[in-house]
Amino acid sequence: MGRKRIEPSNCTIDYLSILDEYGNLDTGLEPEIPPEMHLKMLRAMLLGRRFDERLLDLQRQGRIGTYPPTKGQEAAHIGSAILLKDSDWFVPSFREMAAEIMRGRTMESALLYFNGYNEGTIVPEGSKDLPMAVPVASQILHAVGLAWAAKYRQTGEVVMAFFGDGATSEGDFHEGLNCAAVYQAPVVFVCQNNQWAISVPLARQTHSETLAQKAIAYGMPGIQVDGNDILAVYAAAKEAVDRARDGGGPTLIECVTYRIMMHTTSDDPKKYRSEEEVECWRQRDPLIRYRKYLLQKNLITEQQLIALEEEIKQDIQAAVERAEKRMQELGNPLDQFDHLFAEMPPRLRKHKEALAKELAEAGREAHHG
Amino acid sequence: MAKMTMVEALNMALRQEMKRDDSVILLGQDIGPDGGVFRVTDRLFAEFGENRVVDTPLAEASIVGMSVGMAVYGLKPVCEIQFSGFIYQAFHQIENHAARMRWRTRGRLHVPMVMRAPYGAGVRALEHHSESREAYWAHTPGLKVVIPSGPRNARALLVSAIRDPDPVIFYEAKALYRSLREDVPEEEETLPIGRANIARAGDAVTIIAYGAMVRPALEAADLLAEKEKMAAEVIDLLTLSPLDEELLVASVKKTGRAVVVHEAPQSFGPGAEIVARLMEGAFYYLEAPIERVTGFDTIVPYFSREKSYLPGAERIAAAARRTFIK
Repeated sequence: MGRKRIEPSNCTIDYLSILDEYGNLDTGLEPEIPPEMHLKMLRAMLLGRRFDERLLDLQRQGRIGTYPPTKGQEAAHIGSAILLKDSDWFVPSFREMAAEIMRGRTMESALLYFNGYNEGTIVPEGSKDLPMAVPVASQILHAVGLAWAAKYRQTGEVVMAFFGDGATSEGDFHEGLNCAAVYQAPVVFVCQNNQWAISVPLARQTHSETLAQKAIAYGMPGIQVDGNDILAVYAAAKEAVDRARDGGGPTLIECVTYRIMMHTTSDDPKKYRSEEEVECWRQRDPLIRYRKYLLQKNLITEQQLIALEEEIKQDIQAAVERAEKRMQELGNPLDQFDHLFAEMPPRLRKHKEALAKELAEAGREAHHG
Repeated sequence: MAKMTMVEALNMALRQEMKRDDSVILLGQDIGPDGGVFRVTDRLFAEFGENRVVDTPLAEASIVGMSVGMAVYGLKPVCEIQFSGFIYQAFHQIENHAARMRWRTRGRLHVPMVMRAPYGAGVRALEHHSESREAYWAHTPGLKVVIPSGPRNARALLVSAIRDPDPVIFYEAKALYRSLREDVPEEEETLPIGRANIARAGDAVTIIAYGAMVRPALEAADLLAEKEKMAAEVIDLLTLSPLDEELLVASVKKTGRAVVVHEAPQSFGPGAEIVARLMEGAFYYLEAPIERVTGFDTIVPYFSREKSYLPGAERIAAAARRTFIK
């Protein structure tokens, strides 16, 4: 009888920042990262940034379709995904381009996808990456299913799922975290809180002080990190991945970052947010911060950076050329009927034959016309 | 051969497939120690343990969404949605993911999973427990929709569904769960998905039905035989999608008359599609307009009135007779 206070055991969350926008470094928290891993992350971030810029240009030139830019969020998805082994699972939403490429998705694949070719959602043979998921938050449950399966098969694989702040309002987010915790599934949830879900700001998405604290209700650790600080993201993700691999269950990491660009190229953010706000976040650019850190640590030189930029530029150019050449070979509309089922049902075959006939007739007319 | 109810036959199919293949995982609400609210998974938890018979939180999207992930991983999830009236909370997982993962990835990833759900009226259930919304799934490219009509074919089709490389919606008529027994062989038996069955041969009129409606269709054929000396052919679809139109068209070419029966509402229901296929394939053989005997275009009434909603033998026989009125 009566009223007493219950104090659940995990009712606090940490905020982690190691390298701030002014270059101040908390050396006590600075993670030990091997130099080659630093260089891998830098290359991935830089490639992600330049490729993202190129995709935006291509869209503006009408050479690809609608595109959701990633600019400014590279630290959040590179600093976390770098912790995955090739044998681990990577479950993206659609704003993790730099990490997707780092994990082995080719730039051609992305170019094909954003040009409307299914070939752009083929994940490479042997890859443990899922294709991008457009329906917000829906992929979170797939990650839990994968993690459940990995635990069942006792393989030691870890799954990392990505989503944005808007996704935390969807039921699948809550269901996914709940199930993952119930089954103690080896999964790391990485929320790229970029503050905006198209035009809706975080304050209209949730009344919670943080997104990370939502972990508390599900009985899992949650941590909020400066998502533009790759060292903080790395440190938090390392802890979470290690815990998952050791059988300690899931973690929610909230990476506080910012969507510098529009939601997609069809969106005009001037309608709903101020230029001052965007400018303020440009000053917190994760790439500039990281580059400065690496230079100060003598992990890279200015000359090497210039060479890296040049190498990346050429890689992107080559990928664009390859993709545009490939697109000329693709485009057979009859492909739309394939791979719906392992075996094509009779009615679908009829539809395929009907379109083939229509195309052949159109071809003959064009030929004779 | 043992005489079994559909519940027992489904249980046997699950147990045998789980024994045969350790990638077969059951998940759903109350399917563990409780054995499922209809007892389809009875005793399986005790036999296979909590890693094979997984009680889930009360969340349909989780059940289906996790199954998608498990299937992509290489397992064969067989999930139970406790009642098909609650499957809508997983609609997006089925439409956006289960049905199109193979297509999206050009065959690299695929989703071999079965979604079992009890459907249909006639068991005096509470509201939201009596609907027949199989048309949603038959309308969705990338899904197979299987609806057995009795214990023996339910068992054989469930085995086929579990072994199928693509996602299968497996609707089980509640009205059939315990209302009849059939001989079901212990040894393995499968039925091909996508093939209908001639439940009763005849040449006067073709009655097309599936699930719980096969029985009233057969009863209607009895009535027609007794009263009009008329031999109706009854086709049991067994699979709604892909539809075995070959068999349907051949039958209607022979009889020249057709009645399509389902308990789902009429408008835009499976019957409309079946009629369209018959018009394409057998139009010049038709002696009369095709009749539909279906649920009405209303919500399934609460159970005190549900009997009036459901197509019965008399209503079906009357429709068959109408095809003879010139």
